[in-house]
Amino acid sequence: MKTTRRQMLCLAGAATVLPAPVVLATPDSARQALQQILGNSKVNTGRVTIDLPPLVENGNSVVVQVSVSSPMTADDHVKAIHLVAEGNPLPSIMTAYFYPENGRAAFTSRIRLAESQRVWAIAHMSDGSNWLGHADTLVTLSACTEER
Amino acid sequence: MAQPRTLITVPPVVKKGELVVVRALIQHPMENGFRHDENGQRIPRDMIQRFRCLLNGKEVFRADLQGGIAANPLMQFTLLAQESGALDFFWEGDNNFRAQSKAQLLVT
Repeated sequence: MKTTRRQMLCLAGAATVLPAPVVLATPDSARQALQQILGNSKVNTGRVTIDLPPLVENGNSVVVQVSVSSPMTADDHVKAIHLVAEGNPLPSIMTAYFYPENGRAAFTSRIRLAESQRVWAIAHMSDGSNWLGHADTLVTLSACTEER
Repeated sequence: MAQPRTLITVPPVVKKGELVVVRALIQHPMENGFRHDENGQRIPRDMIQRFRCLLNGKEVFRADLQGGIAANPLMQFTLLAQESGALDFFWEGDNNFRAQSKAQLLVT
């Protein structure tokens, strides 16, 4: 059967609109990286904020700030924040470890992004719970694999 | 190997209980091993793998860098000002890379 242009456009539209389960939407390597961090523990969505420019001109250096809402007391603080970029050849970017002395669970760094993608952050709390957040960005000039 | 250039930014004086922003920069290519030079040869991996900050000998921040960190990595984090002391910064990575730097935290 020959597909008309109109049908084709309809199909393309449906493919982009179809909702996908959150974690399943990530590419395999990224899902593996997230799985490795989480193991079998449960993860909640929220409390984690990623500040990432929505449009990036140069993926070689992108300022990213991750913050987690936490009182940062000895009994209740963030122990670690994991950062994962699902579209990078090496999705695991870094893990930052925190102490109550930090006063605030936040860090800023500069990362490389290979393509337009979603960046994930997982916060691991002192009570053992995990919290997940994400941010999307468009990258016009790719990093990582480009020629020098 | 010559010591790479490092730059630590800490406010000169802070009040007790204030949130202090600490910025640590280091000169490093952070070559991730995926890139090629103009002859098509793969550039070997050369990354910093760990950054640590100690306040009076106690670790107050650590980061394990796995990949995808930009060249001349920036690490910015906060400290709750409690007591004055010495801040020590350590970087270590591939090819026996070692670097360190110091700063003073003055709490009034």
